[in-house]
Amino acid sequence: MSLLDHYAEAAGEDVIDHLRQLANLLRDRTVVHVNSTRVGGGVAEILTMLVPLTTALGIQARWEIVSGDSEFFECTKAIHNTLQGKRSLIPNRLLRIYEETNAANAEQLRPLLEEADFVIIHDPQPAPLIHFCPKRKGKWIWRCHIDASRPHRPIWNYLRSHVAAYDASIFSLAAFAKPLPHPQYIVPPSIDPLADKNCQLDDSEVDAVYREFELDPGRPLLLQVSRFDRFKDPVGVIRAYQLIKKFLPGVQLVLAGGTATDDPEGDAVLQEVREAAAEDVDIHVLLLPPNAHRTINALQRAASIVLQKSLREGFGLTVTEALWKGKPVIGGDVGGIRLQVVDYHTGFLVSTPEGAALRTRYLLAQPEKLKAMGEKGRQLVRENFLITRQLREHLTLMLISMDGARDRLELF
Amino acid sequence: MPLESNHHPDTEADKRVFNVRDCTLIAVATGQSALTLKELLDGIHHVPASCLYHHFWGGLLQPRFEEREYNNDFSAWVKHGLHDGELAERLAVVDPASFKTLEDLRWELCELIEERMDESERLSFQVATRSFEFIQSKIVVFDTRTRIADPAALGPAIAFCSAGTIFYHFIDARRRSPDEIDDFSAWLFSFGDQYNDLIGQIAGIDPYFSSLLELRQRLSTLLTQHFEGSPS
Repeated sequence: MSLLDHYAEAAGEDVIDHLRQLANLLRDRTVVHVNSTRVGGGVAEILTMLVPLTTALGIQARWEIVSGDSEFFECTKAIHNTLQGKRSLIPNRLLRIYEETNAANAEQLRPLLEEADFVIIHDPQPAPLIHFCPKRKGKWIWRCHIDASRPHRPIWNYLRSHVAAYDASIFSLAAFAKPLPHPQYIVPPSIDPLADKNCQLDDSEVDAVYREFELDPGRPLLLQVSRFDRFKDPVGVIRAYQLIKKFLPGVQLVLAGGTATDDPEGDAVLQEVREAAAEDVDIHVLLLPPNAHRTINALQRAASIVLQKSLREGFGLTVTEALWKGKPVIGGDVGGIRLQVVDYHTGFLVSTPEGAALRTRYLLAQPEKLKAMGEKGRQLVRENFLITRQLREHLTLMLISMDGARDRLELF
Repeated sequence: MPLESNHHPDTEADKRVFNVRDCTLIAVATGQSALTLKELLDGIHHVPASCLYHHFWGGLLQPRFEEREYNNDFSAWVKHGLHDGELAERLAVVDPASFKTLEDLRWELCELIEERMDESERLSFQVATRSFEFIQSKIVVFDTRTRIADPAALGPAIAFCSAGTIFYHFIDARRRSPDEIDDFSAWLFSFGDQYNDLIGQIAGIDPYFSSLLELRQRLSTLLTQHFEGSPS
């Protein structure tokens, strides 16, 4: 079976037929995606699957990364945080390093990028590349995965000076879009149903994680999977767990995450989490390697309820993953979590540790509702948040950007 | 294969064959948002007409677990963002299909909002609990390669088609067709007067107050029952 046949099995023949109709008009075109890491985080996971699927449709897709030293990533992390609302300034010295690093990367990437029909730049890290490719022939699209709805204005204004040069931008939600002199498409991200992170597992693999991490399969298991990042509020999750524990002493909590090469704050946050967990043997803080996809898959399947109590969130692919496995999600009432967690249908939106504790206790006391919500969540993801839908929208906006600002695209 | 054709896709050379299409929307932000009723009014005044279309009809293609409490995005935001039940109800009852043009619809919306602002000065300044984002959309139309030659086969075929197919042929058709009718009726017209009663019954289905899957069921049942009663 070809790759496309496998996706047709998971997503439907009609879905793949739509992709083929779009791709026929883009055959032999080149598209280059650029981000700053090949492992860790949602962007790398999306590109891992998006690029081969694009290639399978007859489009020449490439994935490149920009590299940099610790000061570059210190700067890009600060940009990331300020776009998500943190009010701090970034020293000009770091911004110079940010631009110089992009200039150095452009020396390597320029021939490829200037020749490509489409260049999709992910997030702020490689955003200045466009200024170092003056002979670019194709359309350049900036893909923002961050909740930039209320950015710290001076940093947004700085970044805007780079982003405004693009031909289009993509945001996960309309609320994240900013006034820019080009079309801004709204494309939520997605998960790959065939990837190790999301594929069906044998019971033996799920049983194995119980043993490996000394979890009791007979007791309720709460899980949050995310980077150790303050915006994911892992300490708030521990607080919620402690409130639940007073009523349900058997409850267990797993905080599973890793670090990404472009996140210098991860270690500090991990330390805060370990301090908050203290000596509680039912709190399991797992620092997993970037390729622990099947382990995370098994943990999500083992969980009774999945939490994603973010304070800010671009989209929240861990929410999508949990819903795909039929687990209700108790998520922060922010960003893209709102698109996926539909109160009383696929889980609950909460704003505090107290809210998370209340909703968790409710669901653990209502196993039938818990099961029904899980089924609805899987349906929601199947129809809206699989990789095939995201690729369809990418191909669509490529065609629209080639053909001008038309309201109607008829593929026959 | 043209990227866009302006002709009606289902009234091609062979009018006796119905070409079943499917469609999807891709959302495009306008960068304009509202946090107060006055900002909503300003936005409605200035956004492209396609934006109004999206906020009235685009919701039909969005995931939904419940009946829509309010039938367009403006009324839903006034209720849940601004918490003004009176204006939400007045906006919800606005049926876009009853307006000749989107500009007429725009005028009606502005009238209703200005009227409410006259009634309650407080509302002009009240800040909503969440912002309203003005969005427009572009439609992408796919060929399903399903062709129907016999009107009696239309009802059974509709029963298995996608929500996107219903949106394209029953909702979007009205802004493509010079006669502002759906594609199913336009096709039946091509057979002369023999299906006039059936076309009248299709016209009686209000597309605004049902989900696409409900519309699919009603259309399929209507067509199937018609031909079971009077074989073609």
